[in-house]
Amino acid sequence: MLFRLRTSPVARRIAGALFTLFGVSVAVFLMLRAIPGDQITAAYGVEAAALSEEQREALRSYYGLDQPLFLQYFTWVGAIFTGNLGYSMRSHQSVWDMTALSFPVTLELAVLAVLFALLIGIPVGMLSASRPNALRDWFGQGVGLAGLGIPSFLLATFLLGIAAQSWGFNPNGLGYARPWEDLWLNLQQMLLPSLVLGFAIAAPIMRTTRTAVLEVRSLDFVRTAKAKGVPASRLRWRHVLRNALVPVVTMTGMQFGFLLGGAVIVEQIFSLPGLGRQVLLAMNQQEYSVVQSTVLIIALLFVIVNLLTDLLYRKIDPRVRAE
Amino acid sequence: MSISVDTPDLTTSKRPLTGRSGLKAVVALLRSPSGVVGLVIVALFAILAVVSALGVLPFSPSAQDTSVRLHPPSSVYWFGTDQLGRDIFARVAAGVANSVQVAVVAVFISGVLGTAAGVIAGYLRGMSDTAISAVTNVLFAFPSLLLALTLASVFDRNWFTVAIAIAAGFAPIFVRVARGPVLSLREVDYVSAARATGMRAPAIMVRHILPNIAGILIAQVTLTLSWAVLAEASLSFLGFGTPPPAASLGTMVFDAQTLVIAAPWTLLAPGLVLILLIVGLNLLGDGLRDALDPNRKG
Repeated sequence: MLFRLRTSPVARRIAGALFTLFGVSVAVFLMLRAIPGDQITAAYGVEAAALSEEQREALRSYYGLDQPLFLQYFTWVGAIFTGNLGYSMRSHQSVWDMTALSFPVTLELAVLAVLFALLIGIPVGMLSASRPNALRDWFGQGVGLAGLGIPSFLLATFLLGIAAQSWGFNPNGLGYARPWEDLWLNLQQMLLPSLVLGFAIAAPIMRTTRTAVLEVRSLDFVRTAKAKGVPASRLRWRHVLRNALVPVVTMTGMQFGFLLGGAVIVEQIFSLPGLGRQVLLAMNQQEYSVVQSTVLIIALLFVIVNLLTDLLYRKIDPRVRAE
Repeated sequence: MSISVDTPDLTTSKRPLTGRSGLKAVVALLRSPSGVVGLVIVALFAILAVVSALGVLPFSPSAQDTSVRLHPPSSVYWFGTDQLGRDIFARVAAGVANSVQVAVVAVFISGVLGTAAGVIAGYLRGMSDTAISAVTNVLFAFPSLLLALTLASVFDRNWFTVAIAIAAGFAPIFVRVARGPVLSLREVDYVSAARATGMRAPAIMVRHILPNIAGILIAQVTLTLSWAVLAEASLSFLGFGTPPPAASLGTMVFDAQTLVIAAPWTLLAPGLVLILLIVGLNLLGDGLRDALDPNRKG
């Protein structure tokens, strides 16, 4: 750290996250200044060619592009703090309003995906660990390798293709339904996308569960518990799994970044109007102010989840707190 | 893609600090079934990529023949043809060559820059460590696909800028993988001895530090290659990868979206090849990590 805070590790961790967020905002700002040509060309497209030199100057000063870079940066950040995330010229909506609609979609998708991933990953990991190198372990490892090796966009294309073109099942073609409008349709629309995303992160969760169960099982306290006659099922669930879940929680938190990235792909394929689709659409339409703010929001979410994972980890594992 | 960063502690290892020497590592790799399978798959794809680049395949990847649109796989068209009557095998081969080219360059850039930064941060500590770690944390705060997508969307796109966009997300992985072991290596006796004899920091880093982390880095390079192949395909699928007419596995899957039932080979050919390539690199990476990392079983 730049400065050593003489405070609790938790406060230091939060300060670190804030510092990272500052860096993220600078990085996003600079990335979008790397656009070939300037934002006027981007905003006005071919019509920009028809602008006279004076008009161009006027626009540059209107958008603040004649200001030094750091002033532009502070204007942008200042606007964000007052709740102004920019405006989409195409949809005539503020990015704030767009995000208020799209964020819940991505949140629901992410929560369901994590649910699927845990439901697949933990049992398969435990099954694998229950007899290393046996047939069931090979099966588990195979599931893990499939999760790593099958790209989300491929699995999504395949499943959607089969469902829609063979069985005529394509609830996503009907236009997105919010859960409070039509819960049943909404869940149908979320089924395949969250399964695809969940499958991808089930692999690392399965691997982590397997390693952790094997490790915990070899510890002294498990032997002691076995010696004093704890029944096998109680030993497996209460003693081994509970302790093995600590790294699984961390791994799940770490996968959140993948979820947000994967959401771009899955939301695009299944026409879900979430954050990922919002950013992709803005990129395709060259609406860079929307891209800038949305990317910042996604990175912010990622930093917050990482921070929460870290704090949760301290909470459930006393050994970390002791350090 | 899942990104896990292992930072083995080289000083507590019971094995010699240098890890395994080259020959022993090769033997260890050839003894692990997954390593051998991975090696064979990757070698086959390397050959395919070279053959495609030499242009000795019976069909050109871009030659259209509208009389044979959506022809199923046959002895002439091994993987069938697509909706424009192009030979899918030739396109898959060209797509593999393109993927490998982008992935290798992306991993080279991120590997060299990331490792250099990680070694400097770990060895010099102090301000340079603070600065490098801050930049690393910032890059890690982006989902890597989103970072690549954002960069690819602002660049003038060609295969090289796509490689740079992908590299940005992977460089911090190499920083962490390199920095961890260097932190403990700098305290080792022979490094202190080198310092005491007046050897300069850059020379120590190149002569004494780098060779000791080479094994870990080689394994990381292979795993990162598989993520880079996946990233390139994902970007292409989303329309932000290598622009057409260059063949790309991701673009081929995108084009096959509406043909899943009508002409399944248009999806399965690029899809299965992509899976095989990613799995092969993963297996080879796992095998290399076991063979080269002194702290693992073997």
